[in-house]
This record gives sequence, structure tokens and C-alpha cells, in this order.
Amino acid sequence: MSDFTGSFWDYYVGIITLVSIVACAVLLKTMSSRRVPGGTSETTGHTWDEDLGEFNNPLPRWWIWLFYITIVFGVVYLLLYPGLGSYAGSAKWTSKGEYEAEVKQANAQYGPLYEKYAAQDLKQVAADPQARAIGQKLFLNHCAQCHASDGGGSKGFPNLTDGDWLYGGDPETIKASIMNGRNGVMPPLGPVLGEAGTQDAANYVLSLSGRKHDPARAARGKEKFATICAACHGADGKGNQTLGAPNLTDNIWEYGGSEADILETITKGRGVNALTPGASAMPAHKDSLGEAKVHILAAYVYSLSNSQPVASPAR
Amino acid sequence: MNDSLKNRELRKADDLIEEALYEVREKIYPRAVGGWFAGWRVALVLATQIVFYGMPWLSWNARQAVLFDIAARKFYVFGLVLWPQDFIYLALLLVISALSLFLFTAVAGRLWCGYACPQTVYTEVFMWIERKVEGDRPLRIKLDRGPLGLKKLVLKAVKHGLWIALSLWTGFTFVGYFTPIGELAREVATLGLGPWESFWILFYGLATYGNAGWMREQVCIYMCPYARFQSAMFDTDTLVITYDGARGEPRGGRSRSTDPKAAGLGDCVDCGICVQVCPTGIDIRKGLQYECIGCAACIDGCNQVMEKMNYAPGLIRYSTENALREGWNFGQMAKRAFRPRVLAYTAILAVIVAAAGVSLALRVPLKVDVIRDRPSLAREVGGGAIENVYRLQIMNTEEIPHRYRIEAAGIPTLAIAGSDSVEVPAATTLMAPVRLRIEADEARPGSHRIEFRVKALDASRIEARERSTFVVR
Repeated sequence: MSDFTGSFWDYYVGIITLVSIVACAVLLKTMSSRRVPGGTSETTGHTWDEDLGEFNNPLPRWWIWLFYITIVFGVVYLLLYPGLGSYAGSAKWTSKGEYEAEVKQANAQYGPLYEKYAAQDLKQVAADPQARAIGQKLFLNHCAQCHASDGGGSKGFPNLTDGDWLYGGDPETIKASIMNGRNGVMPPLGPVLGEAGTQDAANYVLSLSGRKHDPARAARGKEKFATICAACHGADGKGNQTLGAPNLTDNIWEYGGSEADILETITKGRGVNALTPGASAMPAHKDSLGEAKVHILAAYVYSLSNSQPVASPAR
Repeated sequence: MNDSLKNRELRKADDLIEEALYEVREKIYPRAVGGWFAGWRVALVLATQIVFYGMPWLSWNARQAVLFDIAARKFYVFGLVLWPQDFIYLALLLVISALSLFLFTAVAGRLWCGYACPQTVYTEVFMWIERKVEGDRPLRIKLDRGPLGLKKLVLKAVKHGLWIALSLWTGFTFVGYFTPIGELAREVATLGLGPWESFWILFYGLATYGNAGWMREQVCIYMCPYARFQSAMFDTDTLVITYDGARGEPRGGRSRSTDPKAAGLGDCVDCGICVQVCPTGIDIRKGLQYECIGCAACIDGCNQVMEKMNYAPGLIRYSTENALREGWNFGQMAKRAFRPRVLAYTAILAVIVAAAGVSLALRVPLKVDVIRDRPSLAREVGGGAIENVYRLQIMNTEEIPHRYRIEAAGIPTLAIAGSDSVEVPAATTLMAPVRLRIEADEARPGSHRIEFRVKALDASRIEARERSTFVVR
């Protein structure tokens, strides 16, 4: 109703509705019989095409009562439910209330199931086919938009099936990642390293996982790496799960493993910063999903790289 | 000025009286009648109702043979399991029903109304109960006109008690098509019915009781749409229940020994039996009327009288407008049944029945829906290979589990990464994420048409193909 600042339209709608109802009742009353001159006639008196008449075949009396019943129904409805201007109705019905009642009912219905799993150890949940089936549904609804339906991820969104973990792959850490979200940030190092320095560092990073690289540049890059990159990625480049700094030696690339991709990663950084418009972080789900669902989700995500269920029954 | 004065005087002179456009219904007391057509009607009442009341109790493979499980959206009809995706068959069934109705109506008028319509059938059953309790027409009229005494009270209570019992059983049977009827019976016995089950049993029961006990012919006359548009299927060669006016008129009472010709009378003895037996209370001798539901009770009634009078039967009979006018015999009349309208209805009906039959016979108990992952169209994996991810919704519509092999074709080296077979339990839908991969530089950047093939490993005829696209960047 934000478009209407006054109560004028409430009264306008309400009065039109009430007048219409009364008018219908009056119309029914006056139209249930008619006055004809001089005794009953066999026809309704209407004539079409000069000589086509219509016999008066009266309908049964209960028929007109059906109309009156609809009027009574309408009045009762308008008293119970919102319909007359801003009058909310004595039944206090709202669409929001109905939605909340449905959620409450669903929670009451499925709550015990979630509670059962919430009390179990995550590895135990991951081994339960029914829990995995629920987990898959939750994953397809809440996670697959970024991490893909198979959990294989895509550029900028980690692959959850390969056993390589930014923050750690034990079940409790996975659960923490989903509950509280993650916001791993690679700072833009272009200005610090300079163009040549960036290329050197990139070639060193390429060499770490045995990819094609320029050995001379990589040698120069090694020094840069030790002073700047090692702080997060470690001296050996194997990363740091406390910070979410990826392992650079396993040939697994969240943002692409080509030289161009790595150059861009070093120059502009990754994660949410001024140079990476559209970048995103892993959001927290403890409020939107609640711990019980996250518990099952974490177990499902854990199962993706620790056993290989192709699919489980949807229903 | 002068004119309006005149008008006013005129109006005064006319005696204006109130005329109702609605009136209290006059109750009809159809008289019981026996005969050839009454026998047919009883046979059809029994046939339809044995099927209706009996069907839910049949079993098939350890489940109810006919069950419409709305909550699970599965519709079991003997060996067939229909899913919401099969709604085309419901549409076909309705089309076939409508066309059959058109065909029967064009050939022989309101056959459906007179013999098979639930309104007629339940009214017939309710009238049978009424007759057993209160007696035939004269007794019923006398009972209704008489004062309310103990006998009247008892008879009415017994009648309504029986009606209500039958109605509730009907409602129970109806709900038994949607909830397994054994379970439903247990719930009724333990007073554990759910709110919707209770509502529908009572609603359907009340509808049966109200329509067959109280409303009766009013449903046909005022409520039924088919009654009003069936005349569109009628023509002058349609079989209708007709009074042979040329033979019957002038009507009049006479003794059995009177020679009607000498007395200048037709064959109609004006006994009024045809009116008394009519469930809609019309006089068939006035000709074809929209109220006539084609039940042929008047034919049976009149033939009994004709027999008593030693006249030939068939003063009221199934005949056509043309046959009556031209005095055709049965053969000539029957020839006209093969007229273009009937042939057209028959041809269309035959085509649709054949199409529905073939479609059902060739129906593959497997449906596959391919949903592409949209947020990321393509992803590069180690060594420059490209992966696309899909969700395959695999519906096993058969009541045995199947293992399916998933294949994809359309681009060289296109292959499934990961497992390519999936087990789907009986009558279950399963969502399978599938990853397709091509090696580096196998296809130009852009969208490529591909096809998924899902085949049951244990039955070669069960195969579904579904098109999709593979995106290379």
C-alpha cells in the first residue's frame, strides 16, 4: 500500500464492494418475479427476430437460494478475511502467516530426522545413504550454483571432489567453512613486484607443479617468492590451510593454471578487492540454513572426495 | 401530455399481477415398470456398480490394482504406472469419452443418460430402495399426502437410513481409489481418518444422497450441460424415443372389446402409464423434449398396456424422425445409421483409440530430463580438457529397479567423467549429476549439439534419448 498515502482508496474499494453486494441482493429479489398485465402468460414476453418467443419455464425455487447463499458466503468471507479496504478480517489471515505455518509444519515433520543426524558424528552421517540423499538435495539447491551439480566447482569456485582443500578437508573444518563462510584473499601484488617481477614469480609458480616455464625467469622468481609469497603460501609453496592459501605444487588451480591466469592472479589478486569486480566469497550459512542442515551438507561434501556415490534416490 | 395520460390510464386498466420466475418443484413419483429396456437398465446398473464398488478391492503385484496416489503423484492402473508426465493419456481418455458420447448420441440419442450416467444409475438404486420401503407410486403419494404418524416416521427413517448408509459406502469407495482401501477401512474402524479423507467421504456421500435421493431429474434438467448441448448431435435420423402419433391418435379410453377403427379411435388408450413411469415427469406424446433422458421406461410401460389390449407393441418406440414420417421399416432406418455424421465420428474415434493404444504399447518406462548447469557453462580441467556438468533426472516408471548406462555422443572424444551407470529403484525419480569431458582442442569454442542416451542394462527396449548442448570456451 506504499503507493497510496491516504486511506481514501481503502474506503473507495470497501464501499464499492459493499454497495455491489447489496445491489446484487436487491437485483435478485426484484428479478425473482415480475408483474405482467392480465393473468399469467406462457412466454417471458421477450421477442427476437419478430416472432421468436421464449417460454417461461420457471426454475426451481432452490435455484435462487443458491444465489442468496453466495451472497451470505461473500459477506462471511469479507468478515473473516482481508478484502474490504484495509480491514484485515477477524480470522487474522495473512499470506506471511500461512507461509510461516507451513514452515513450522515442515520443521515439525522433518525436525526429528535432522535431529537424528545432528546427534551423529559427521563421518557416520557421511556413511548413511539416506543422509547423503538429503545432502545431495540440499547441495543441489544451495551449493551447486557455484560449486556445480557434481561439486566439481568452476573458475573461482573450488572443486570439492578432488581431495585438495584450501582450509582443510576433515569433516569439522568443512562444516566450519559452510557455517561461517570463508573469505580468502590474495592481495594484488602487481605494484609491488613490477611487470618483470610478476612474470618471474609466475614462472616460478609454474615450475612448482612441473608445468612448462622459463627456467631463467623461474630462478629469478624464486627469490621474489621467498620474500613476498612465502608468507602465506609457505617457503615450499605448499600453502597454509589456516589462511586458506592454496597449495601451488599440486597442479590444481582454482583460477586457472595457464601463465596468463597466474599473471592475472598475481597482478590483480583474488577474492573481493577493488581490482576484481564480481568476485565473491564463500557466504556463511548458519543463519540461512541452520546448523542441522549444514551438518548433513558437510557430511555430503566430505563424502564427495571420500567415497564415490554416483547418486542416491531423490524420492 | 395527452399521450402519457393515456398510457397511465391504460396501465391502470390492466390488472398487473405478480408472476413468479421461480417455483417450488413438484415431486415426481415414478411408477415401477418392468420389461425389455428396464432389464437392460438393471443389467447396466449392476455392471457399472460392481466395477465401481469392487475395483478398489482388487490387488495387483502386492498393491492395490487401481490406485491414484496423488501425494506421490503416481497413478496405478493394473500393470501400468502413470506419472504426471503421462497426463496426455488422461486427455486422450477424455477425448475418447467425449467422442464416444457424440457417436452414441448421433446414432441413438441419450443412451448414456438413460442407462449408464451415474445420476441415472444412483437414482435407479435409490428408487429401488424407496420402492422396497414405501411401496410403489400410489402408496408413496398416499404416504406423502397423509399426516405424520408413527408409520410414516418409521418408513421415512428407514428409507433415509438406507440411503445414507449406501451414500457413505459410496463415498468410502470413492476415497478408496485415492487412499489404499484396506488402510482406509482400518482407519474408519479405529476412527483414525485424516481430515481430507473424512471430508471427501462425507462430501461424496452427501453428493450421492442429495443428487440421487432429492435432486434426481433436476440434475438432468437444470444442471447437466450435456443435456443442453446434446441436441447439437441429433439429426432427423437419430434414434429417439417416439410416440407414433399417426397410429395412436385420436387417443381415448375404450374397453378391450371395442374395435378402435369403428369407434374412430387410435391405438392410444390414454391410460397415462407413460407419464406415470417417466422419471422426469414429461408426457412423451407431446414429442421429443429436452427433459427426456431416453430411459425407455415409457416404452416398457406402453408395451405392457398394448399387450393387455391385444394391440401390436411399439406405439412408443425407438424410431427416427424420418422413419416415423416416411413409415420406414427397421432395415430402412438402420441403413441411415451409416450417414456421414456417424461415419465421421466413428473414423475420428477409431483414429484416436488406435493412436492411444499404439502410444501405450510403445511407451518406454523411462523418462530422462537433462538440465544443464547454468552458472558455469564450461570449465577447464587439467591438461586443457573441457568439462560441462548436467543434472540428469532419471525416472524409472516401472515397478522393478533398473541399472542404466548413460552415454553421450555428438563430439569426438566426448565421454562421461566418473561413473557412467546408475541404479534407479522401482518407480522412483533420481537426480544424477553427470560430468561430460572432451580433450583439449577437440571442438571449436561455442555451443555444440549433443545427445544423451540412457539405456537399461537388463532390457534393450528401454532407452531414452535427450538432446542437450556442450559448451566449449
